[in-house]
Amino acid sequence: MSGDVPSPLTALDRPNSYIGRAVPRPNLKRLTEGRGEYVSDISLPRMVHVVYVRSPHAHARIVSIDATAAKAAKGVVAVVTGAEIAQVCTPWVGVLSHMVGLKSAPQHPIAVDRACWQGEAVAAVVARTRALAEDAAALVEVEYEPLTPVTDMMTALDPETPVIHESLGDNLAFERNFSGGDPASAFAASDHVIEADFGFGRHTGVTLEPRAMVADFNPGTGRLTAYLGTQAPHMIQNILSIHLAMPESAIRVVCKDVGGSFGIKVHVYADEMATAALSKLLQRPVKFVADRLESFLTDIHARDHRVKGKVGVMADGTITAFEIDDVTGIGPYSVYPRTSAVEANQVVNLTGGPYTCPNYKARARVVFQNKNVTCQYRAVGHPIATAVTEGLVDLAAQKIGMDPVEIRRKNLVRDDAYPCASATGLKFEALSHHAALDKLLAMMDYPRLRAEQAEMRKKGVHRGIGFASFIEITNPGAAFYGVGGARISSQDGAVVRLDAAGAVTVQTSATEQGQGTEAVIAQVVATAVGVPLERVRVISGDTDQTPYGGGTWASRAAGIGGEAAWQAGKALRENVLAVAGAILQAEAGTLDVREGAVVDADTGRERMPLTELGRIVYFRPDTLPTGFQAELMAVRHYVPRGYPFAFTNGVQASYLEVEDGFVKLLGHWVVEDCGTILNPQLVDEQVRGGVVQGLGGALFEHCVYDSEGQLQNASMADYLVPMACEMPDIQVGHVVSPTADSELGAKGAGEAGTAGAPAAVMNAINDALSPFGAVVTDMPFTPDRILGALRAAKAAQGA
Amino acid sequence: MTAAQMEHEITLTVNGFAVSERVEARRHLADFLREDLGLTGTHIGCEHGVCGACTVLVDGEITRSCLTLAVQCEGKSVTTIEGISDSGAVADLQEAFRARNALQCGYCTPGMVITASVLLDAEEMPDREEIRDHISGNYCRCTGYHAIVDAVETTLKARAEAGR
Ligand code: FES
Ligand code: FES
Repeated sequence: MSGDVPSPLTALDRPNSYIGRAVPRPNLKRLTEGRGEYVSDISLPRMVHVVYVRSPHAHARIVSIDATAAKAAKGVVAVVTGAEIAQVCTPWVGVLSHMVGLKSAPQHPIAVDRACWQGEAVAAVVARTRALAEDAAALVEVEYEPLTPVTDMMTALDPETPVIHESLGDNLAFERNFSGGDPASAFAASDHVIEADFGFGRHTGVTLEPRAMVADFNPGTGRLTAYLGTQAPHMIQNILSIHLAMPESAIRVVCKDVGGSFGIKVHVYADEMATAALSKLLQRPVKFVADRLESFLTDIHARDHRVKGKVGVMADGTITAFEIDDVTGIGPYSVYPRTSAVEANQVVNLTGGPYTCPNYKARARVVFQNKNVTCQYRAVGHPIATAVTEGLVDLAAQKIGMDPVEIRRKNLVRDDAYPCASATGLKFEALSHHAALDKLLAMMDYPRLRAEQAEMRKKGVHRGIGFASFIEITNPGAAFYGVGGARISSQDGAVVRLDAAGAVTVQTSATEQGQGTEAVIAQVVATAVGVPLERVRVISGDTDQTPYGGGTWASRAAGIGGEAAWQAGKALRENVLAVAGAILQAEAGTLDVREGAVVDADTGRERMPLTELGRIVYFRPDTLPTGFQAELMAVRHYVPRGYPFAFTNGVQASYLEVEDGFVKLLGHWVVEDCGTILNPQLVDEQVRGGVVQGLGGALFEHCVYDSEGQLQNASMADYLVPMACEMPDIQVGHVVSPTADSELGAKGAGEAGTAGAPAAVMNAINDALSPFGAVVTDMPFTPDRILGALRAAKAAQGA
Repeated sequence: MTAAQMEHEITLTVNGFAVSERVEARRHLADFLREDLGLTGTHIGCEHGVCGACTVLVDGEITRSCLTLAVQCEGKSVTTIEGISDSGAVADLQEAFRARNALQCGYCTPGMVITASVLLDAEEMPDREEIRDHISGNYCRCTGYHAIVDAVETTLKARAEAGR
């Protein structure tokens, strides 16, 4: 269990500080008792339910829709087509101006004359209950003219492949080419050049609560309230406003409990836009809850990359150059508004990132296809870049007969080299690759594991140890989306208020989907103001109530939302001390607030409880000095300005056994440097959860499409996610290099686990297979693929 | 009207209270609990019997309420997370979940608590691997399971300690 970590910073070293303490989250009792308020639980007066009729074809022209029978069915309120919805809601195009050349086609909430993937909505059926809507949906007759689907991303750009969107000219959404240093000469001068092809299966988030929305347009007020499990309420408010042609002030987005997000719930979904439009059209609340089949067909997918990789190495282990060529298929549209080119862009940015090697060449091509859309899912691009980099580094080590730890020691950027930049120009403020690796090796007892592995090998048991060092983007400023023209806030705000009874309320624009955002905000504010944690209540996830801000994504809630709360809490303390000074006739600077009371800063002697201060301010302001106005509410905003991103680093190790193609995970270790740790338990659990999602993608999770664009495994029985019995205990350790960009010094931690786990497992499997000369690089590493690699190796040796 | 849409009168016990309702034959227990009785603590994750989010106890047995029709529960006794919480029967387990942060989004938690509850009175103290096996029919996408195993183990140890 996580203990407390003392804060390394004096600025945070307040008496009775909660920073660095593993205090439990405020919402948990409620959630353990089934008293959550998830969107799927919401029921409003006059509410009706929508069910979408979805295209069974990956690509088809909609010839006609006959809704006569459906409209006559029991309980039906309306059957609405794409053309009708288009009258209320305008289409969108998912591009960003800083992704030069990125193109996409207009996408409608409901397909208007053509369905471009299996599962795209073609009509909406609204009825009194969900069951009645489903009954009626079965009666909607849609005539399709099937079109040739583009499914194989590797041939999507071939001249003989049909173009999905004629107006775009080809199936290329985005291409990026990069060259840094002198890769050609570096490869030519290398002792060895090693090449490998890596595959990353399409997978998805499988949030345990499917996407759900209740849209409530009230003609009496002219306002639309959208109850939505979203990570970015203000972004959704803005987008609903644009496409429903309503003022932003007429739209309220409310986000209560969210049953998992992981990046799935930060995008604009066509069926959610349609649900909002339907509410406006029907002038009553409309509820949409995806069933699991719909989740698999329409929740954004991610990954689906094929990367050709190349590394140059000298006989002494010096890595001389990296090269990658990445192709990714993103479905028929770039997702709005964050776009579907970001993952490939990150792969280009991040590959080779932990290493000193200055020579790097990369190409990434993002292509359209008739499958569900892909977009940003936990650790966007990082698992790919890390697996390619770390896979190549291990192959290089194998080639020259060097221990995988030694080649990393030799090439990882030195801990005293910061600040510095990567080959692609990423700016690193302070990372700790070597300290993290040392700590990891100690935690896992590396020599003992190697000895055990050798012992077992003698008995014919094949175990492997794999490592992955990585860097991770957190706390993004405006560089991510704002500069590209998206109205996605990169700043966050906090309002902190002291009430008459001495309690503190915080309104934050950061949002909670289980990470513990509210706990962290409460800890930070309790510390900054000087009150017991129990007195702090946090309000989040409501655009009517909270300051304007980005929300929770890209590992930013603690680092950005937390800093805004810290600053607001400090400002409130100053205001409280000004009042106390006036009441007590003392210099404000000689006083402090601790444990809910004003005290002498020097001695800690109590001068006045905050309840008394609150009483005077709110009920007897007449006793305050003339002209003195107390302000017991403070607001602050924050956005990182020093660095575009706060990079974190980490290293993971996996220990496993391969038998008959099956992988049994025996141990997993992580050392993570996310700067100041605000709540060690929450950080560790983010890391553990992230690791398991990474392991899922590496071993099990795969959206399998056939050549017609039909998803073959759209059920939880067929799409495998990690189960408790398959997962190991995960040991987590830390190195702490705070960012100087903020006073708290916290960086993000939510995605690190996912970033590194697949690479560590891949390297461990290949270590286990090394006696056979077999190598796997195509995720997920199913028994079939592992056995296939063993057979191929045997055949090659026989030849 | 199809046979599935036909309504039937059912009488059963839910969390200790007698309930009589008319339900369509096709209504599954999870929808019955959530929609008809307002017991939204039982969650729906897949509706095809895999994820475990909908787990309840029917006559004391762990049951997938999405795979059970309400009409099959005639005369039976159903316990949901609301009932098991109100009775205090697993208050120690719930407190262990809270203290250990064994839930993030909390969507799997009611099902997880119900599933783990039947382990708490096991004769033999299960080890971590057995705990993992026992909860493997309940998916959690957030925690990675480690903390859940910790919370169950802590509770088991504390009960064993107290029983000694
Ligand atoms: S909802 Fe019943 S098992 Fe998933
Ligand atoms: S806590 Fe989110 S699914 Fe388990």
